Amino acid sequence: MNEIARVSDFDVKDYLRLNLMPHFMCPGCGHGIALRSLLWAVHELGIDRNRLAVVCGIGCSGRTGAYVDANTFHTTHGRPLAFATGLKLARPDLTVVVITGDGDCLAIGGNHLIHACRRNLDITCLMLNNEIYGMTGGQVSPTTTATRVTSTTPTGNAEPTFDACKLADAAGASFVGREVTRQAPALKNLIRAAIEHDGFSFVEVMSDCTEIYGRKNELGESPEMILSQKSDMVPDGLGNAPDQPFRPNRMATGILARHARPEYGRTYRERSAELRAGTEG
Amino acid sequence: MSSSLHSLQGNKACALAAIAAGCRFFAGYPITPSSEIAEQMSRELPRVDGVFVQMEDEIASLAAVIGASLGGSKAMTATSGPGFSLMQENLGFAAMTEVPCVIINVMRGGPSTGMPTKPAQGDIMQARWGTHGDHPIIVVAPASVQEVYAETIRAFNLSERFRVPVVVLYDQIIAHLIETVELPPKDSIHTVERKWASGTEEGFKPYAETDDLVPVMARPGDGHRLHVTGLTHTEDGFPTQKPDLASRALNRILDKIERNRAEIDKVEQIETADAGTVIVAVGIAARAARRAVQTLRGEGIRAGLVRPVTLWPFPDEALRAATANARNVLVPEMNAGQLIHEVQRVVGGRARVSGLNRVDGEPIPPAAIAQKVRELVADE
Ligand SMILES: Cc1ncc(C[n+]2csc(CCOP(=O)(O)OP(=O)(O)O)c2C)c(N)n1
Ligand code: SF4
Repeated sequence: MNEIARVSDFDVKDYLRLNLMPHFMCPGCGHGIALRSLLWAVHELGIDRNRLAVVCGIGCSGRTGAYVDANTFHTTHGRPLAFATGLKLARPDLTVVVITGDGDCLAIGGNHLIHACRRNLDITCLMLNNEIYGMTGGQVSPTTTATRVTSTTPTGNAEPTFDACKLADAAGASFVGREVTRQAPALKNLIRAAIEHDGFSFVEVMSDCTEIYGRKNELGESPEMILSQKSDMVPDGLGNAPDQPFRPNRMATGILARHARPEYGRTYRERSAELRAGTEG
Repeated sequence: MSSSLHSLQGNKACALAAIAAGCRFFAGYPITPSSEIAEQMSRELPRVDGVFVQMEDEIASLAAVIGASLGGSKAMTATSGPGFSLMQENLGFAAMTEVPCVIINVMRGGPSTGMPTKPAQGDIMQARWGTHGDHPIIVVAPASVQEVYAETIRAFNLSERFRVPVVVLYDQIIAHLIETVELPPKDSIHTVERKWASGTEEGFKPYAETDDLVPVMARPGDGHRLHVTGLTHTEDGFPTQKPDLASRALNRILDKIERNRAEIDKVEQIETADAGTVIVAVGIAARAARRAVQTLRGEGIRAGLVRPVTLWPFPDEALRAATANARNVLVPEMNAGQLIHEVQRVVGGRARVSGLNRVDGEPIPPAAIAQKVRELVADE
């Protein structure tokens, strides 16, 4: 028995649509580890997959949802949080997980992210941050590290980048965390805590686009990219190095913020029930 | 219970009709002249255990509506021109994924911010062709507050029946007009419920070709774990790029509307049996045209009116029949000429087609229509 099998009876194959295999991700793409970690968390939490809804945007990140044997929605670019808002408000009984990319979530969907954070519905948002637009062939993203080359920044990225977790925290997300794909068990634990959290949870998963981003910037093959996460990350919420003007190389991981805020859907339903009781009485 | 008479504003009638049709979810973003619908829904929905949410923009609004509908709620949004433009991508998504939803578009002058408080009919083509690609759509165009009530209910029923987004299109005058409306007793209102799959059927295909071309829907939580994607998909819901499967998938969603037109079409015709001049108009312009027909008939001029209540798909057959003996067709509309293109396509050289257009934020008065018809007749 291998290590994983001993500590857990989780078999990712139980949660995948195996008839869709082989999947279309490139070899070494970090999105697979992120997906596996999500399913592992779902397994540990004992979530009935009939009651699991995975809502995705558009991008390589957005294509991961289809492989999950649950209720899966592949929506429009940047809008999965808005779709999920309607779904969760209409169906509070479902566990709603959004999988989105850095472009999907922070560029075209930035407005929806900040308002989803503020609204605080019980949705878990996994943003797979590979610092690039993978699906469209490697254009710059709001999270591309400064100076790196992309197909639309031929002289190196000169724009400052977002710290997505700080953004989510500032916008009101009641749970914020970040983890690297190198640490799949830690990532699983973080996603698990995020799903368990009652309110909007934002999880930034440091993924890697080996094929396009890695190649263009000579970041090495998948193992090198994943291992580089070690030097780039500071475990357990120690905070970012304050002297980094652009994307901080040293980013905090783990649970970065947790606030007790009323979950919006419940608040709305409670008030509606009070209103109905008042009019009937 | 019997019907009751109420003095209602168009937008309020729309909201009350939505609730009566079973709408339990509204997501929207305020915009004149549609905002009263959102305001009314925010008051009504909590009373019937529904949900109102004001989203951050119109893109999010329609996305949330589609999400709620996929969850099983009858859902709608309301907007006006600029907001309707923002909804177009998701409108295409709803058409492609066959998600029932109702979109109210109270037209205002355009392009751009145009004239927010003035009436216009500039979205006739946007309602049909606004999103990218060939797509199915149903658009209904009420012309009175009473009809706003009836057509909003019908919009929900058509949307649920055919799994297609339905647009209710009217202008600012009808939105803000207060008219006496007869509200039918609640138990007499016919509502259509979605066909749901049971969660136990083996080999269930969420986009299977049924006899009427409308697939049965599966509700999350019931057991079928379906995949919904805006990508061209096969009967099982997963993406395909195979030419034969792709054309089949697109043609089915187009055909489900075309082949079921008997259930969808609705046209009002006035004095068209012997009409030498047929007026074709919708909304407030059609009301002016109705008055013009009365005036002209009084003068012995054989004028008639064709008013598409179901505006899209366009009532080709009814118009063809109504214009069989006509020498002139007049299309008065509050835009620079949109409806006239469809009329020309149908009438196609058999009669002279003329337009009467106004783009200054004012309605077209009956007298202007009557005068134009007199000129056309004199010129025959
Ligand atoms: C409205 C719209 N604009 C642009 C696109 C093209 N597009 C598809 S995916 C994508 C970017 C995806 O990047 P990201 O969200 O970072 O995901 P990744 O592919 O890197 O996982 C873009 C711009 C689109 N599908 N829709
Ligand atoms: S292009 Fe990049 S992000 Fe997309 S699957 Fe390949 S490695 Fe992953």
